[in-house]
Amino acid sequence: MALEIAVEHRRRDFVVTAQFTAPTPGITVLFGPSGAGKSTVLAAVAGLLRADHTRVDLNGERLDRLPAHKRRIGMVFQDGRLFPHMNVERNLVYGLRRAPGGQVLAGELADLLDLHQLMRRRISTLSGGERQRVAIGRALLSQPRLLLMDEPLAGLDGPRRREIMPYLQRLRDTLRMPLLYVTHATDEVYRLADQVVLMEAGQVIAAGPLPELAARVDLALAARDDAAGVLLGYVHRHEPERGLTSVACGGEVYLVPLCDVPASNSVRLRIPAREVILALDAPRHISVNNIVPAVVSAIRFDEKAHAALVEIDVGGGQLLSRITTDAAERLHLRPGVRVLGMIKSMSVELL
Amino acid sequence: MTLPTAEEREVILLTLRVAALAVGCGLPVALLFGWILAARFPGRFLLNALIHLPLALPPVVTGWLLLTLCGVEGPVGAWLWKNFQIRLAFTMQGAALACAVMVFPLMVRAIRLGIEAVDGRLLQAARTLGAGPFDRFLTITLPLAGPGILVAVTMGFTASLGEFGAVITFAANIPGQTQTLPLAIYSALQSPEGDAQAARLSLYSVVLALTGLLLAEQVGRRLRR
Repeated sequence: MALEIAVEHRRRDFVVTAQFTAPTPGITVLFGPSGAGKSTVLAAVAGLLRADHTRVDLNGERLDRLPAHKRRIGMVFQDGRLFPHMNVERNLVYGLRRAPGGQVLAGELADLLDLHQLMRRRISTLSGGERQRVAIGRALLSQPRLLLMDEPLAGLDGPRRREIMPYLQRLRDTLRMPLLYVTHATDEVYRLADQVVLMEAGQVIAAGPLPELAARVDLALAARDDAAGVLLGYVHRHEPERGLTSVACGGEVYLVPLCDVPASNSVRLRIPAREVILALDAPRHISVNNIVPAVVSAIRFDEKAHAALVEIDVGGGQLLSRITTDAAERLHLRPGVRVLGMIKSMSVELL
Repeated sequence: MTLPTAEEREVILLTLRVAALAVGCGLPVALLFGWILAARFPGRFLLNALIHLPLALPPVVTGWLLLTLCGVEGPVGAWLWKNFQIRLAFTMQGAALACAVMVFPLMVRAIRLGIEAVDGRLLQAARTLGAGPFDRFLTITLPLAGPGILVAVTMGFTASLGEFGAVITFAANIPGQTQTLPLAIYSALQSPEGDAQAARLSLYSVVLALTGLLLAEQVGRRLRR
């Protein structure tokens, strides 16, 4: 069960060549600076752009051989594109009416996106966040086999983005189809992606599971100030008396501030590179809750910033640590060296 | 100024009926061609020029061409008569056809502009939701092109009220059948004591045209809201 995408498109001096495989179900985030060709890939997959070559293979079926309106590929655009002459409800059922029969979970979807209050409203009276929720609902109700989102949050301000993000995260856990999600915002990558496709200047630089790509010191995500390692795990148990929750990630248990996610639910931990301390010996009497054995797997020096970005293997995955070049030299860090990664509970973000 | 006489009322009523028939029958065709011309395709300029021909030709020539084609002897006219016993030349329906042909370029143009003003991104969204070309035209393009279509209808109607050359050539000037307001005015001017009559009829023309335009303005305002 997989989705295979290949797009080639040449317009004057701009060339897009993208080829990758996406998990299904699952969220594949196309990440890169604007002008990298991400939206071109999406438009070609949807059939809205006639690219020089397009191949969309979903479980052995070639969707690219169908006209756009028969592909059953849902799309959420940055600008919403709700129909101004219809109210919310008629927008929502537009795709549903044209979808082939099958299981329709309209009520469940309206719950998920909190749409009940909006049904009778006119499009012009909706806020930006409400518009995008309706646009997402409309796309999902058309019962797509594949869902595309082209920077769905880019037109929203900070508070509105934070308003929509929980809906998208809930969607991530209930989605039964592959989703290709284009963005240039890292918080969306860390929160939503199962798979990441890094694009630059029309080319795919790297593609793979988020935890792997986030920790690659040679790639764009790690080069940023907000670089972080991502660990996948599940809630092990809550310890209300200590105000902590333990999360199991590949044999290691991490203590994070007490949360309300039910036990055994899967979660992802985002651990910023600048918050990870490296040590050769275990210190005693220290406030840090999480001290995990690790092996250095790669180092990248940034001479200008006098900083070293260290990728460490913690067994359950990879983490990043940004330290000074001086510290890296004092500890004689190089690939293969055994270290201890120290992470404050307060520094761990539960996504 | 007195109210119109029975004869004058008949002329006014006939004029309105002819104009309504012309617009009613011409609109679907104009919508189709407006839609076609809003797309980009080879041969678009040729089609556009053909549609605009009645605007550039002397109306008498258009009327004569209609007579040649749709007269009882013409290929289309003979066929209609043979198969459906329909006669167009020198009838009220013929007057409406002449009006429809004359105002067709105006209507197509207004509709095309209305359709071109529809946001193409909405049509893309409709495509991803499973709507085919004709479906998109009916559910997105047409409703959003409403103002342009309204302009087409009012322009077509008001212009039909005043159509002269093509009507008199194709449908002749038969009182009670094809004698619309402009034709009646022309007849009045031909008779020695017709000046007062012509003035009265002209006044009705002005009133009709103004009423039509004001009505359109009102409906248009409501539509844009």
